[in-house]
Amino acid sequence: MLNFTKIKIIIIYLILFLLTSFASLNLFYDENSIFKKKVNLGLDLQGGSYLLLEIDTKPLIKERLQDKVIEIKKFLKKNNFKYNSFLINENSISFKIDNDNNKKFQNLFFSTKDNTINQYIDQYRTHQFDLEIKNDNYLIKFSKYGLLTLNNSAVNQSIEIVRRRIDDLGTKEPTIIQRGEKRIVVELPGLKDPSRIKDLLGKTAQLNFRLITDKKDDFGSEKMISENGEEVIVNKKIIMSGENLIDAQPRVDNQSSNPMVAFTLDRYGAQKFGKVTTNNIGKRLAIVLDNKIISAPVIRESITGGSGTISGNFSFQEVTDLALLLRSGALPTPINIVEERTVGPDLGRDSIISGAISLIIGFALVVLYMFYKYRIFGLIANISLVSNLLMLVGVLTILEATLTLPGIAGIILTVGMAVDANVLIFERIKEELRTEKSIIHAFDMGYSRAKITVLDANITTLLATVILFIFGTGPVKGFAVTLGIGIITTLFSAYFIARHLTSSFVLRNRENIKL
Amino acid sequence: MKYNFNFVNYFKKFNFISLILVLLSLFFVLFKGLNYGIDFKGGTLIEIRIQNNDIRVSDIRDSLNKLNLGDVNVKNFGEKSDYLIKIEQKLNNNDSLISEIKTSLNQDLNEEVNYRRVESVGPKVSSELLKSGIISIGLALLMMLFYIWFRFEWQFSLGSIIALFHDVIITLGIFSILSIEINLSIVAAVLTIVGYSMNDTVVIYDRIRENLSKFNKLEIDQVSNLSVNETLSRTLITSVTTLLALFSIFILGGEILKGFSFAMILGVIIGTYSSIFVASPVLKHLRVSSKTLEKKEDKIVP
Repeated sequence: MLNFTKIKIIIIYLILFLLTSFASLNLFYDENSIFKKKVNLGLDLQGGSYLLLEIDTKPLIKERLQDKVIEIKKFLKKNNFKYNSFLINENSISFKIDNDNNKKFQNLFFSTKDNTINQYIDQYRTHQFDLEIKNDNYLIKFSKYGLLTLNNSAVNQSIEIVRRRIDDLGTKEPTIIQRGEKRIVVELPGLKDPSRIKDLLGKTAQLNFRLITDKKDDFGSEKMISENGEEVIVNKKIIMSGENLIDAQPRVDNQSSNPMVAFTLDRYGAQKFGKVTTNNIGKRLAIVLDNKIISAPVIRESITGGSGTISGNFSFQEVTDLALLLRSGALPTPINIVEERTVGPDLGRDSIISGAISLIIGFALVVLYMFYKYRIFGLIANISLVSNLLMLVGVLTILEATLTLPGIAGIILTVGMAVDANVLIFERIKEELRTEKSIIHAFDMGYSRAKITVLDANITTLLATVILFIFGTGPVKGFAVTLGIGIITTLFSAYFIARHLTSSFVLRNRENIKL
Repeated sequence: MKYNFNFVNYFKKFNFISLILVLLSLFFVLFKGLNYGIDFKGGTLIEIRIQNNDIRVSDIRDSLNKLNLGDVNVKNFGEKSDYLIKIEQKLNNNDSLISEIKTSLNQDLNEEVNYRRVESVGPKVSSELLKSGIISIGLALLMMLFYIWFRFEWQFSLGSIIALFHDVIITLGIFSILSIEINLSIVAAVLTIVGYSMNDTVVIYDRIRENLSKFNKLEIDQVSNLSVNETLSRTLITSVTTLLALFSIFILGGEILKGFSFAMILGVIIGTYSSIFVASPVLKHLRVSSKTLEKKEDKIVP
């Protein structure tokens, strides 16, 4: 175990050199350099906000079922089914059919070719909807994979909208990723107070233009409260929605100096808006945002240019936010904030300082103790401990890992436990020295006999770390990463660096060696 | 240093003590319960710093009680000017809660309040975090069980798991007695304890296995005793270096790492104790002898 070939020595120190160089990149970090790598600080160290969002698919499911109603009714009429008791429930559509023996409807409903009523999802080999029949009661609801597809597209759209809203606010380097089926993680480094972002994310921002009218028609109407508290009757027909908006900007009205939002419509929207305003001069238009009237102006002239303004009782902050929401588009479904963690910048700084101090002191204590215990070999163990730390930081740099406060704790713990491998080996060598006359042989036996123990002992800890990595979230994951990599660099430094140093020392001073 | 203690004499006594400690811990965990933090129970935690020393905890509490938040817990946290506010989860959707609290504090205290940390965990997320915490500890124990089984014999695997349960249960028991808050980082600490304790046990088991085949005339008690003695200096030195690092975090690492490092210190002490006084003697009860190993060798070399 004490013999090293030249090539092996070169490789060992090349690895050490390379990883140390990577570690040193943190000191000379430069945006423009080719080697633009560094260890990132977690939100708990640099300060910032972490938000976990969950999309609420219930309203979306109901909305989609609502959209399906006309289609299903047409389908029933076309195929001569006599139906009654047609109902839209929370997550299903139900009706009765009198003249069916269950087979005909089923066959049509589950046909795989050109099925417009119940789309076939190739990817999962199932239909969008399931059908339950009890006697003559029919119940249509989303299938498992139908829900999944709905979910996925809602999450993807939401991520896009969330990103636009956050980017629009000019937050630096936000991270927005999906987690699990229904959740979105938003990390905003450096943000002190996420309340404005929470406000903006809490609104779906579905914008509709509808007419205020007493006239009854097929679409029906509903009572709503206008922005200044009066009760009005609003037609359910949506003239135009926020989808037709291409831009919205906060402005100040030249005459009244009230804040307002100026919007621009796409070509389709402009045509439609022009037509409606021309035909309804003198009537009132309800501008509805998330089922609340935010403004209900009287149409004074036809607006054909494709642009207009929304004014009401807004503060300048409100019109800025409204314009931002309209620009970024509507969320497909409401979002709830289910977890929030914000760390202020000065707590982060304090954590870095106390982390660094405890690392230095802990390190110094361990180094002194090892030197006291093993003298020259303690020195070797300490050199391997330093290389171990350098390599650990080097690997973290290559991975561009995120360093959290528990991560620093992981490094300190690595320092404490890293010497274990060397302690195991040295103690074994001591035992061998008691029975073995040849010193070199004793060292050799010590290394080879301790090998299995060192491996077994470290693999068990590594297993615990892997579990932590898989199940841990946020800072805990950071702890697992540093501890796990720490174990691997520990093995390397004990079995290659320390062993090589020991062997060169022992081979040179064969006679007077004390351990 | 070469140690030559006669641990066999103490095995019985310490096993009895361990048994009592485990039962006591179970009693506390089951009846007094654990003090779950907001990570696992849901709720809101706010850490603030106010430079004015005239402000008292009761001032902050009074200001918050106006908001009708239910169970509000305010206490000093680390430094004199730092306070920790904990609010139990009541409503499902209270997105504006935090800004309401901030407005109220800013008005009532008439002082610049520095919001150092704000954490809010919804009930759904907290129950999931608790579940994944329990699963991860369970899974870690299971993986250890299989690894030792694979490397040694089933008796060793069972013995080490008994020692691990011993460590985890007593650590949790002490947490229950002292009402220390259980949060995500405590789960990380417990998992690391599991790894550390196993590490210690494996080193001794390795030696027991080696000695069993070397001295096949000796009783398992004697072999355990010899092996514990032979590895004792390593066990102690490693515990000391690990504890040095941990005490450094505990004293200097700041308030947030206190619970974590305390759990680890407890775990290292209990883990070291258990690998000597629980994991080793338990092999006798599992009827391990030099024959246990022979069987395996027969299997490998037919």
